[in-house]
Amino acid sequence: MNPQVRLSSLALWRSRLFSTPLDSAISLVVLAALVWAFAPLVRWALINATWAGETRADCAPGGACWVFIKARFGQFMYGFYPAAERWRPNLFLGLVVAGIVPLFWLHGRARLALGLAALLALPVLGVWLLGGGLGLRPIETRDWGGLMLTLFIAVYAGLIAVPLGILLALGRQSRLPLVRTLSVVFIEFWRGVPIIAVIFLASLLLPLIMPAGVGVDRLARAVIGLGLVIAAYMAEAVRGGLQALPKGQGEAASALGLGYWQTTGLITLPQALRISLPAMTNEFIALIKNTTLVLVVSILDLLGIAQGSLADPAWVGMNMEAYLFSGTIYWLICFALSRWSRSLEAGGPRSH
Amino acid sequence: MLRRLYYDARVRDLFWQIAISVGLVALTIFFVRNASQNMVNAGIASGFDFLWRSSGIDVPFVLTSYTASDSIWALFWAGVANTVFVSVIAMVLATIMGFLIGLARLSSHWLLSTAAGAYVEFVRNIPLLFFVLFWYFGVIAALPQPRDSLGFFSAIFLNNRGLTVPSPLDGSVFRWALLAILLAFAAQWLVARWAAARKARTGQDAPVIAAGLMLCLAVPLLALVIAARATGWDMPQPGRFNLRGGFVIIPEFVALLAALVTYTAGFVAEIVRGGIASVVKGQREAAASLGLRPGQILRFVVVPQALRVMIPPMTSQYLNVLKNSSFGAAIAYPDVVSLFMGSALNNTGQAIEIIAMTLAVYLFFGLIVSALMNWYNARIALVTR
Amino acid sequence: MINRISTTAVAAFAMLGAGAATAQTLVPSPTLDAIRTRGSLECGVHVGVPGFSFPNDKGEWSGLDVDFCRALAAAVLGDANKVKFTPTTVQQRWPVLQSGQVDLLSRNTTITFSRNASLGVNFQGINFYEGQTFIVRKASKATAAKDLDGASVCVAAGSTEEKNAADWFRERNLKVTITNFQKNDDAIAAYDAGRCDAYTAGVGALAGQRAKLKTPGDHIIMAEPISNDPQGPVTRYGDERWQAVVRWVLNGMIAAEALGVTSKNVDDMRANSKNAEVRRLLGAEGNFGAMLGLSNDWMFNAIKAVGNYGESFERTVGSGSTLKLERGQNALWTKGGLLFTPPFQ
Repeated sequence: MNPQVRLSSLALWRSRLFSTPLDSAISLVVLAALVWAFAPLVRWALINATWAGETRADCAPGGACWVFIKARFGQFMYGFYPAAERWRPNLFLGLVVAGIVPLFWLHGRARLALGLAALLALPVLGVWLLGGGLGLRPIETRDWGGLMLTLFIAVYAGLIAVPLGILLALGRQSRLPLVRTLSVVFIEFWRGVPIIAVIFLASLLLPLIMPAGVGVDRLARAVIGLGLVIAAYMAEAVRGGLQALPKGQGEAASALGLGYWQTTGLITLPQALRISLPAMTNEFIALIKNTTLVLVVSILDLLGIAQGSLADPAWVGMNMEAYLFSGTIYWLICFALSRWSRSLEAGGPRSH
Repeated sequence: MLRRLYYDARVRDLFWQIAISVGLVALTIFFVRNASQNMVNAGIASGFDFLWRSSGIDVPFVLTSYTASDSIWALFWAGVANTVFVSVIAMVLATIMGFLIGLARLSSHWLLSTAAGAYVEFVRNIPLLFFVLFWYFGVIAALPQPRDSLGFFSAIFLNNRGLTVPSPLDGSVFRWALLAILLAFAAQWLVARWAAARKARTGQDAPVIAAGLMLCLAVPLLALVIAARATGWDMPQPGRFNLRGGFVIIPEFVALLAALVTYTAGFVAEIVRGGIASVVKGQREAAASLGLRPGQILRFVVVPQALRVMIPPMTSQYLNVLKNSSFGAAIAYPDVVSLFMGSALNNTGQAIEIIAMTLAVYLFFGLIVSALMNWYNARIALVTR
Repeated sequence: MINRISTTAVAAFAMLGAGAATAQTLVPSPTLDAIRTRGSLECGVHVGVPGFSFPNDKGEWSGLDVDFCRALAAAVLGDANKVKFTPTTVQQRWPVLQSGQVDLLSRNTTITFSRNASLGVNFQGINFYEGQTFIVRKASKATAAKDLDGASVCVAAGSTEEKNAADWFRERNLKVTITNFQKNDDAIAAYDAGRCDAYTAGVGALAGQRAKLKTPGDHIIMAEPISNDPQGPVTRYGDERWQAVVRWVLNGMIAAEALGVTSKNVDDMRANSKNAEVRRLLGAEGNFGAMLGLSNDWMFNAIKAVGNYGESFERTVGSGSTLKLERGQNALWTKGGLLFTPPFQ
């Protein structure tokens, strides 16, 4: 190590924290607050924690009992999905990654082709792999749970929300007064009501408005409810992108003789989507956070499984462990997405 | 002929609109018919008669005059009042806290801005439900048992059943006090207008702030003191289990409020940061070269311009607070979702009516929030000449 | 075109005729048909009360209410494992039943007038006489509900207990603060955290829920109930034959105990019993199963798989369980209890 560098880094810290008396005072107050808040947490979660063992009796008092998480790990990830079939969600996740990651390197036609193929094939494949049938052992949605279910709900609600949101955003800008009014009413209605009420509404009302004998799966109902709400938010994100486009783009396309759908599909929408991608990602983060509300209709997502496991008499009093563990997973997923969205924003719209 | 019609934009527009209306009406009829058929088959009662039945549900935190022997309609309003109450307070506090964190993020002090940034990143990426549960069990665990209540002047007591304060035996005098407070605010508004007019005319500053403090703090305080002297008080007394008498601010309220404020503040902070960052540096420099002091620059140059950028996203944050107050149902805060869509729905089973009414509450108050914010936005909008 | 329509019509007619021929004496039962097509019974249970319906960490359900569903599955489909459990919260249970997502509810649900009259649901008998009481901390030294003046009580919103408790205390002019949670488990967690002085539920439910407290030994369950809450399986209006099946499987389990039929001796009883009622119950005589559109060994299958009511009780909430509840009101009428069954005749 070069002493020069060490000195300068020391100086850097000094200049950052203690350059003036006021700065020093602020630094000390902030540091004291951080220590006060985090020292007990670190002591409990790391230093005094028990990591190895089998049962609650193995855990030392005064520290976290991570044995509990270890014992219940499978449930936190997959819910009551049969252990012998857990390769299926794993495989699906692998396929999704394999379908999406190359999109970052490919360009032009290949990228478009792979993207479209993944978009069309993966959702169907996912329902088949997870749900079974056609040669696979059928596994009902009531056995799904945990992180797997959280991701499933988020992704499939997103698959409803994005296309619907785009249509609504276009509808809001439409020339036809009726379409415009309907889009505005739809968007403002769903944006105005709490999601907890929407999930409840979907689970109660959907079976009621269907013809007798037509059932809608419990999970599908929650996904549809969430999808409709997030579609309204997505529509507003896309509208931002459409409004940010210079009017000349659409006018030039019309002048070249392109019709409405050609202009929209080839010229304005692709550009608008690129601009609104960060905003749409933020809506997707909100969607992931809101999946936690499905527990009001006894669908056991990650948080639901965590809460359910607290009722187990063999593991009484593991509240902190369960919440800290599941909270960290939510945070990691959302944080990674928000970083990605931030980097998109920083990259800015591509110039033509 | 047909070709002409096909290429006539007006005809095509009309065709599509008619097609959409017909489709929509057909779909609605389909759903409504299914629903009424299914409800008849299932023997579920319908209509709004249930609202006049007595509710029989005890509510631990009531701002209206509701008691358990009142109707379900009264229960509904008790829930609405609680929803609005917690939302409004959370909006105000979240704005203040968000402003402070946003400013801290922009501070030149490295540790302060980093800590504020970390707070924002932490808060924005965690589901609100975690906040609500954390605060609820945190608040209960941190406060003492009723036996060891913290007492202040043997009138106000704090324990894990809530904050118990004396309550007036005769509430009507407080209505007069409320009237006095409203009058004080109206007077302050007139003073502010007069001062602004005088400043425009003569360029002199009037002591608006001092006058405002006098009017908005001293007058209400005086009115409350007079009102307090005019009535007897129900003082909290230690009982076998808990304190008896007085009005209790329940821990569910405190926990929900804390969760809404700490969560929303993270989003407000980002809006504030974005708003202030949007004011170009030249503005500040120009103001400084005109001889304005830093406080004046912030107040007269930066904040007014930043506000214009901030109002639209702040509106959606306020709407979020209103909607998110429904998370209170998870911790037994008696809001409209918990009382009406929970208890009342269970006793009557009339899901469609109850859910529709609950949604209408949120849509109605959401419209009020939007209207107020739009009015404010129009007032501060840039006047281009 | 016309040809095709007429062929379809003829085929449909023929099918109708065939259906009518086999089910001449039976009213149609869409629920039973749906269960057979599905190959499984859909049973709505409580999200988790040990002893009544509780999933272990593998998601396998057990309990008194769960046992009843298994017996019903055995009676209808011949296999006690062909049943699927839908956990329902206090709020969800009615819509879930009304909208046909479950064939019945078997989840500690109290029989009340207004539920029967305005929710479109029927109660098919009593499988547990519950009485509402309170669990309190030993340190509070409260032993009966009347000692709770000034206390705060945690309760699940929308349960009968919520209203019962409010009525009971108001009648006696006792000032009690009731805090209503959306789920039982939330209310228990809040009670355990010290938010309330008492949590209220039925005696049986409390015996199970107590295990969820951090130190169960620090709490006592008040012995004296403040209400009678008979509980039993619930079906929706309509489909009388299905309602009869549910009612008589419950009656059959109680009758089996009265007649001394158990899961162990059921084969022997069917072959050798001289008692006419036993023979009718187990399908050795008459064709009682067929009268309901089931196979004649319906109750035989149910008892073989689950046992009679007494066996099920002892295994799930009684001496063979961690709850250790006395039979009390839930004993047969011949043994000082209230359980009674109409004859199988």
